[in-house]
Amino acid sequence: MSTTEVSPTALKPPQSSVNVVTLLRQNLFNGWINSLITVVLGWLVITVLYQVVNWVFTDATWAPIVTNLRLFWVGRYPETVLWRVQACLALVLLLFGLSGGLWGGVVRAVASGLAALMVLLALLPFGGGMRLYLAGTALLLGAGFVGGLRFPRLLRWPTIMLWLLSPLIVILLIRGFVTWSVIPFVDTGLWGGLLLTIFLAVVGIVASFPLGVLLALGRRSKLPVVKGFCVAYIELIRGVPLITVLFMAMLMLPLFLPPHVRVDNLVRVLVAITLFSAAYLAENVRGGLQSVPNGQVEAARALGLNVFQSTVLIVLPQALRAVIPAIVGQFISLFKDTSLVSLVGLTELFGIARGVIEQPEWITVTGGVQREVLIFVGLIYWIFCFSMAQISRRIETRLGVGTR
Amino acid sequence: MASSGLSAEQHRPVPFYRNVKVLAVLAQIAFLVLIILLFWILYSNMIRGLRIANIPLDFGFLDDTAGFAIGETSIAYQPADTYARAFAVGVVNTLRVAGLGIILATILGTIVGIGRLSNNWLLRNVAAAYVAIFRNTPLLVQLIFWYIAVIRRLPRVRNAWGINGVILASNRGLAVAWPAAAESYRTWEPWLWMGLVIGVLAFVARRWQLARMDRPGSALPHAFLAAGLTVLIGALIVFATTGTLPLTIGQPVLGGFNFTGGAVLSPEFFALLLGLTIYTAAFIAEVVRGGIQSVNKGQVEAARALGLSPSQTLRLVIFPQALRVIIPPMTNQYLNLTKNSSLGVAVAFPDMFNVSSTIINQSGRSVQMFALIMASYLSVSLLTSLLMNLYNNRIRLVER
Repeated sequence: MSTTEVSPTALKPPQSSVNVVTLLRQNLFNGWINSLITVVLGWLVITVLYQVVNWVFTDATWAPIVTNLRLFWVGRYPETVLWRVQACLALVLLLFGLSGGLWGGVVRAVASGLAALMVLLALLPFGGGMRLYLAGTALLLGAGFVGGLRFPRLLRWPTIMLWLLSPLIVILLIRGFVTWSVIPFVDTGLWGGLLLTIFLAVVGIVASFPLGVLLALGRRSKLPVVKGFCVAYIELIRGVPLITVLFMAMLMLPLFLPPHVRVDNLVRVLVAITLFSAAYLAENVRGGLQSVPNGQVEAARALGLNVFQSTVLIVLPQALRAVIPAIVGQFISLFKDTSLVSLVGLTELFGIARGVIEQPEWITVTGGVQREVLIFVGLIYWIFCFSMAQISRRIETRLGVGTR
Repeated sequence: MASSGLSAEQHRPVPFYRNVKVLAVLAQIAFLVLIILLFWILYSNMIRGLRIANIPLDFGFLDDTAGFAIGETSIAYQPADTYARAFAVGVVNTLRVAGLGIILATILGTIVGIGRLSNNWLLRNVAAAYVAIFRNTPLLVQLIFWYIAVIRRLPRVRNAWGINGVILASNRGLAVAWPAAAESYRTWEPWLWMGLVIGVLAFVARRWQLARMDRPGSALPHAFLAAGLTVLIGALIVFATTGTLPLTIGQPVLGGFNFTGGAVLSPEFFALLLGLTIYTAAFIAEVVRGGIQSVNKGQVEAARALGLSPSQTLRLVIFPQALRVIIPPMTNQYLNLTKNSSLGVAVAFPDMFNVSSTIINQSGRSVQMFALIMASYLSVSLLTSLLMNLYNNRIRLVER
């Protein structure tokens, strides 16, 4: 192929004039309205930032957070058996490492992010063996990553099996056994802090998944009774706030059960969150079901698949794939909504925060320590939700939702 | 041909267990039986439990004396009033905070949403930071933060912030200047009704005129102008005859231990309103941004080519088209805000849910109260959906 001749008389492309002054003019001071906005907003931002930074480094009392750090992470979970929580975290991180090595894309990005987080936490001045533990988990994650990268064929199925088993392992390990003294029973009333927050959100989304899919399928069913029931359930639950469902579970669940059955408070809350979340999940899945072209079902029927087979093998895989971002979005809102369980007496992250604010040690601090504690807790929530939102966005671009 | 073989096969009766229609009916009956069985078990357990606890399952208790005080009442209420009255106070409080919150969140959210698309680097990033911060932290944390870490820690009434006579913020709440009725208000009242009548008449007349001229346009500006003029003339006549204006501006000023004059928002109401507004505005901003971005770029270019200014382009070309995309998710946000107002229970604001839970604690009638709460939220949701759907139908693209 011949290259195109550049005629000597042709004009050169204009010099890109990137200098600070033009950049400022184009982006901040084009027109008097924009200049005014820039000046006012700039003054505001600088004042607020100055005040905040000043407060963080001079006036704020961070002692309540430093001394209660364990409460924030795990609540009143006994210190002697804390290794069980640590083991669970290590297991999950190992699984993330393995998955990151085995599969590329978003999973790999998540694994790298977690590794970075662990390294960062290990650099913070925690006391005792904590830093060693954090560095160890980071190494474990890295080892998993390398292993997954090196031996993909060997480790693929063990990883998948371990992922599927992990919820059971985690729950059993954290709860313990009444009859087995090696891993003694820990009352659910002692679970708390970030541990309980994550537990509630994960169990809520996982447990509501089958129910939500069934409700979505039921809503699209041709059988009027089934459809009517599903529509009524979904609209009823979506019409009321979560807090009413939580209070109902607390006050009315015992009423609906036989008198001798006593239900653990945590289980009541989990039932409420699951029933609530299922209705929202059903609507998300319904969106996915609607996005599967009719031709797919017709082709499946033409191939001789029955209704059950065509739903499970053809429609659902495509529908669920399309709603992954929506489900991550729902997980984020569920994660935020878990803060409501503090209103029915559970001590998850926010419940712990309210407890710490009330601690008598901080009465001498003028005005109390509400700001410090609430900002710290808010920051933890924010880190989780914001990073999950970024993950959701990445999945969305990878799936090409809206561009295909 | 093969069709003869087929038809011979069709004559053989299909066994009922292969007949799709029969199977469908059977499946539904089975489903119904299962559901009824489940509900029957739950119901019989409940009845037994209620009998043991000696709590009847009727709504008669609503006429009993409530006996508790409510901190904030928009309609007259005393502890000697009935439970029904207390519940009504809660409903009004919920509607008040939700209605005001919806208006404020829409304004703030629209500003932030447009700001995110500004060509001003600073504005764009401040708006993005706003959305990122407030969307990704729980509303409850924000609410408690506003309540105990900001409003409760404002200066005492004596050293309240703000401009005396216009707006004052203290740990007793927010006081703003607000119109108040003067002695001559009664004589002015007929003018208000007249203004309403004249406004409606002007609306109808203008509508008819527009239809006759076959021109597009809204009759609302004329109607508001006519009504406003009538009311204003009325006020002047009242002033001329009685010597006082029918409305005075109630100004908040410091007096003793609290404000006097003006409208005072209690710290609880203020915190709830602030939290709901700021949180929901972050979501509305994303809705608005999505709506604006959904408008075809060619529309903007065409508008600019026709010589419309940027603000005209936004107002006349982009917004009307974006609105069609915005309305359904906006409805969702309004419903969320209304439902989230139940978090007022965390800042001791006596909304419907808070009052109901007090009633439950006192009377033990949890089943009835939850039925009442659910019915109330559902009707508010349905009403909002209905109104927004009506509006949506009006602005929808009319296809010929």
